[in-house]
Order: sequence, then C-alpha cells, then structure tokens
Amino acid sequence: MTKVAVHLRINQEDYEVFVEPRKLLSDVIREEVGLTGTHVGCEHGVCGACTIWWDGRPARSCLLFAVQAEGHELTTIEAISRDGQLSPLQQAFHEEHGLQCGFCTPGIIMTFESYLKDHPSPSEAEIRDVLSGNLCRCTGYQNIVRAIKKVTGTLTTETQEG
Amino acid sequence: MILVELRCLGIHTIHEGKGEAAEPMRGDNIAMGFLATTLMKPASFTYHRPRELAEALRLLDDYADDAKVIAGGQSLVPMMNMRLARPAHLVDINEIGGLSYIRQTEDKLQVGALSRQADLEQSALVKAFCPIIADAIQHVGHLAIRQRGTIGGSIAHADPSAEMPLMAALFNANLTIISTGGTRTVPANEFFITIYTTDLLPGEILTNIEFPRMSPEDGWSYQEFSRRSGDFAIVSAATILRLDDTGKVNHIQMALGGAESIPVNVSASLTGFLGTIPDEKWANAIVRTVTAGLELNDDLHASAEDRLEWLQLLVKRSLQESLQRATKREGEG
Repeated sequence: MTKVAVHLRINQEDYEVFVEPRKLLSDVIREEVGLTGTHVGCEHGVCGACTIWWDGRPARSCLLFAVQAEGHELTTIEAISRDGQLSPLQQAFHEEHGLQCGFCTPGIIMTFESYLKDHPSPSEAEIRDVLSGNLCRCTGYQNIVRAIKKVTGTLTTETQEG
Repeated sequence: MILVELRCLGIHTIHEGKGEAAEPMRGDNIAMGFLATTLMKPASFTYHRPRELAEALRLLDDYADDAKVIAGGQSLVPMMNMRLARPAHLVDINEIGGLSYIRQTEDKLQVGALSRQADLEQSALVKAFCPIIADAIQHVGHLAIRQRGTIGGSIAHADPSAEMPLMAALFNANLTIISTGGTRTVPANEFFITIYTTDLLPGEILTNIEFPRMSPEDGWSYQEFSRRSGDFAIVSAATILRLDDTGKVNHIQMALGGAESIPVNVSASLTGFLGTIPDEKWANAIVRTVTAGLELNDDLHASAEDRLEWLQLLVKRSLQESLQRATKREGEG
C-alpha cells in the first residue's frame, strides 16, 4: 500500500515520517521515530502500556494511526524526566519499588502524570479506579498504589508498615 | 455478516464475512480461534481526512460499503488490529468542526456525536440535567479510553451491554442522522436493531444526540456488573423515577443492558406500578415483571442463571437507590 508523508510533533520536536496509513501510532513512535519508551502490549487498548498524551490528554497509541496525528501535539514518556532528573512521580515509583520488570511503567506514569494534574489529592479508591486501565503482571499493584500515594502525600506510616 | 464476541478480552468485535448469518453467532471458541491466527496489525486502507461534514458524506456515498467512519476508534481500531474489520476506506471525522458540543435547550440536553466521553464525564450541564449519564459514563472503559472515545461512536457501535447505548435507550434519545440525502431523526428505541446493528445506513453519519432533561426531583440509579473495572458490563440496569407530594410514584423509566440483543427500554411494562407508595413488595414485583421471559446468554462469561440473578439484583438496587435519591430530594424540598 502507498506510503504517505506525515509530519509528527512529539515532545515539542518535529519529525517527518513516511508510513502506510495503516501503521499504528505506537509502532511509528517506536520504529520510525526511535522513541522506544512507549511500550506495546496487547494492541487492542486493554493493557495501557502504550499510553501517551494526545494534545495533552492520555490516549492509547495502539488505537490511533500515525496518519491521524498530523497537527496534534504528542507527548511520550521520554519528556517526563527533565535534564536527567526523574519527575516526583517517577522518583516515588523508584523509592516505593513501584515496578519490577518495568514493561507497564511508562504507560502508568503517562496516565498518572496527567490524572494527578487534574486530581492532586485522589483517594486510594480513585487511584485504583484509574490504575485499572493499566495492567501490571509483576507487582500486584500494591507498591504502585503506595508510590502514587507517596507523591500525593497520603502514604501514612501505618500503610508503610503494612 | 458474521458476528463474533471476544468478551474474553473485555471487548466485542465484529467479523465481516461473506456469508449471511441470520442470527448473531456467539462463540468464544471461534473468537479464540480467530485471535490465535490473527496478527495484531490492521489491513491496508486508504485514509481520508475530510474537514467538512459535506465532504465526509460525499466520501461515504462514493465508497459506500467499502468505507467506515472512524471517530474515537476505541472499538473500531481493536477490530481492525485483529483483522475482524477491514475497511478499504477509512473516513476520519475527528477534524470536522461543529460535531463536539454539549448544550441545553429549555427541556433537552443536546450532545454532539463527536463529544468525547471524558467531555460528558466532566460537563456541568450533564451533571445538572442528566446526572445518571454523568454517573454511567464513568464505567466506560478507562481514563485514557474515555479521552478519545465518543458518545456517537459508542451509540453507533451498538454494543447491547455498553453504557451509552443504554442511556440512549433509557431516555429514548432522539438521534440526528445526516446523509447527502438530508437529515432524519430516529428515536433510540427504533435505532437499535440487534447486536452491533443499527438503523444507520452506509452513507449516513450520526451527528447529534438529544436527551430529555431530567427533573430536579428525579431519583435515579445506574447499576452494572462487570468482571473487572472498566470491562464491558455483563448486565446492567438504569432507573429514573419521581414521587408526588404524597410519596406515590408518578413517573418511572427503566432500561436494561445485556438482557437482549439491544439495550431495552422496559418503561412501558411499568405503567401498572404508578400511583403506588413504593415498598419492598412493589420493588420485587417490578423485578419479576422486567426480568420475566428473558432469554439470556449462556456462555463462558456467565451462565444464563447467573445473568438472571445479577439482573434481578441490579434492578432491585437501581430501584432502591433511585427511591433514596428521590426521597432525599423530597425531604430537602
């Protein structure tokens, strides 16, 4: 099938790619652009590993075609840390062992960096509801929840011991 | 057209085959077979990005059955990735202006079909005039899915247990449908035909959904059962009711999801329950009335017996919660 030229704007940088319209945005970000922090898991929108920001809002990049992205502002996990410094959320994941193999982590960080901007003090139930959109097969989610509670200032001594 | 469910994955898919199946085929083994042999990359298509509605309608006329409209793509793209949908032409309506809005008239709430589910979730108008929709929409997929998924796409996809088709059925919402031939309006309860099948023709686009505004005195409740948070509901129930000054029920509307091949509005069967002060017996009789004679699915995800039990429980809970909300308002007033 014919390839088409697509102008992408990712992390405030411009990229020109030449791709088939059927090529998923997740694959173009990884293969054409070379930003491999965005992971590809289920490829039907369930696992959340490919979550990026589309015009500042979280979106599944496996459910978008790169050709649709022209004119839109994309943000990937690579833009979250600044000058080699982890974001506070990333730092909390590090400190609370909120990841093991790390495959799901970029999607979870992208989801919560956005969610916490709008909801700076979520309850644990709200955290778990949002987290239900990202599958993790290593941690059992406990330490992910702890990391998010830590960065939102709701991790108590009691739960730390628990 | 062969219809296949992939509920094992928490999504439903449609397979467009050459054969004509009169009845929807529901087979998990078949679905699993497709999955095992299917690459997760879409087949080739020609991409169209119209900027005007008229241009989109012309494209749909030109390509007819070969074209598919993509809005949020949260149901269509999984189907394309699994090659269960292979449109030759994809008409992307996301860049068309004027299809995304939430506005009120004197007695209606009008929602543009391209409004994202997240827009409805956050809308003060939806919370004020159709609070049950604001509640139900939180059960649609997950945070990231709702940022992209649209109300029009969800209704046009017509999953019989999805939340937005159920809301359309509950309110018998008026659906505005546009084609090059003109505009027509269809009430939701004539729009849904069977699973994933609606009154929408290949050259048509759903552009506007109009809900009657709820009364401030209304009690309401949305209830669903799903295996995991964010999954499609297996069964669901939604109720809106109102009490008069003497505490008698003078209005009730109800819709059930996952009970039939379409979301079904059962309000007409409840007229005999008006004019009564509601009690336990009243609620139980409604539960019996609306769940009598249902032929529920019996599959991997749940037996028909379980589905019936859950549906009965959800109807009861939706009545109880609606009454609590209605009584509370009455007390406040």
